[in-house]
Amino acid sequence: MSIRVENLTKIYGSQKAVNDISFEVNSGEIIGFLGPNGAGKTTTMKILTCYIPPSSGKASINGMNVEEKSIEVRRQIGYLPEHNPLYMDMYVKEFLQFVASTYQLSNITQKVKEMIDITGLGIEQNKKISQLSKGYRQRVGLAQAMIHNPSVLILDEPTSGLDPNQIVEIRNLIKTIGKDKTVMLSTHIMQEVEAMCNRVIIINKGIIVANGNPSELKSHLNNRIQVSVTFSKSIPPTLVTELQKLGDIMSENGDTFVIESALEENTLKEQLFQFAVQNQLFIHELKLMENTLEDLFKNVTNP
Amino acid sequence: MYSIFLKEVRSFLSSLIAIIVIVVFLIANGLFLWVFKETNILDNGYANIDPLFELAPVIFIFLISAITMRSFSEEKKTGTFETLTTKPISDMGIIMGKFFAALTIVVLAILPTLLYYYTVHKLSVPVGNIDTGALIGSYIGLLLLSAGYISIGLFSSIITDNQIVSFILSMFLCFFIFTVFDFLGSFEWLKNNNFFVEWLGINYHYKNISRGVVDTRDILYFVSLIVLFVWLTKIKLNSRKW
Repeated sequence: MSIRVENLTKIYGSQKAVNDISFEVNSGEIIGFLGPNGAGKTTTMKILTCYIPPSSGKASINGMNVEEKSIEVRRQIGYLPEHNPLYMDMYVKEFLQFVASTYQLSNITQKVKEMIDITGLGIEQNKKISQLSKGYRQRVGLAQAMIHNPSVLILDEPTSGLDPNQIVEIRNLIKTIGKDKTVMLSTHIMQEVEAMCNRVIIINKGIIVANGNPSELKSHLNNRIQVSVTFSKSIPPTLVTELQKLGDIMSENGDTFVIESALEENTLKEQLFQFAVQNQLFIHELKLMENTLEDLFKNVTNP
Repeated sequence: MYSIFLKEVRSFLSSLIAIIVIVVFLIANGLFLWVFKETNILDNGYANIDPLFELAPVIFIFLISAITMRSFSEEKKTGTFETLTTKPISDMGIIMGKFFAALTIVVLAILPTLLYYYTVHKLSVPVGNIDTGALIGSYIGLLLLSAGYISIGLFSSIITDNQIVSFILSMFLCFFIFTVFDFLGSFEWLKNNNFFVEWLGINYHYKNISRGVVDTRDILYFVSLIVLFVWLTKIKLNSRKW
């Protein structure tokens, strides 16, 4: 078990930022940590990286409690804080050398060179950090988080504020280096989770509201299915009433109807077909609407 | 600790702070000791560099505050404080790294003044007729005083993320502890306690050591002062966990 969190609670003043959450992350997993702003994602990550202690409950990394073995835990995790703070007046190499020296690594020069190669910082390696674009700064942030080859990576919004190309690059980078590591990343972008993560944990108001494989979670969203059906011509209101017997009409756009039904997928399709035949209509298009992770997110974070 | 120390010294040197501090210190001292009429060593008639040790504590109130003002304020403002405190370094390691880095810059500023000693040594009649013992004491005193100022500066830096506030607070605290107790000591209504009040200030102990009498009580005073402010800094650094 790489990360284990048990009944973790963090209280700021009178506000509960994290309320009695528990979860586990196995080694080798890439998990996405989702939630609206202020849900407690960053707080949880700060506790896991020993920046702040929990008010109650336990958190451990590789079996070591974050409070009792703080220094040892810090050695085993790589952390990219929110907003990626860096020393702007340092040179890229100088900064990476400094970070490497805080971990007391041997052959620092070689490690720095390795990280520059992996993160693709080659052409920018002799610049000051303040001269870099946001995408390259993000790479520096990732490089400093991974320079000591940690077994657990904790990344707080690693792709925020990047352009679409940079997002794809950073994503691929995390995927490549995350192969033999445990990665926990927070994000607001749902596609990112679907593209990278084996598992997603959704947190809302300090409570975990969903935890599981993205596709599994989506299928369990509800047991009603939605189909979109397009007929050959618009149908009179009397027939619309008849159509409603099959399920609720969610939207109506000319001859296209979105129907949500509690029926089985195939039963619904057959009945729609029969309905069309009886009323001398043709079905131009019939498709099953899949639940997206966005739907799941909306569903569990808006009570 | 060593990695923090190196990083700090490098950043002092590359951000010109160190250079400016050293240059300003040497120019100010040079003018007062060798050029200005009133305080001139050459017209003084005595083979010593005492004016240096009267002047340096005052100049250091400004310069050391300038060195230490950014040490924690900037880290807090830019968020690198979080990067730093999630690395495997103890809180004390961070403080001591910054402390010794600042002390190194101060030592670099003081070192060239050994030339003054050499000059006076050569100018004295007969050559070499200079009170070396008092001089060594004076340098030890100056170093202890600088270390005290630095610990005050670090404390001022950690309680705010605004460098200006930190600078002003540090100057005020250094000034207060250096000299205000002396003034208080001369007040009538403190007549019975004025020795104790003077004893609280830096100046009393600094003057003692400057005479060449390195008394353990004075050393202990400086060490306690440093320990007190370093300890306060550590408490504040730890307060993120409250």
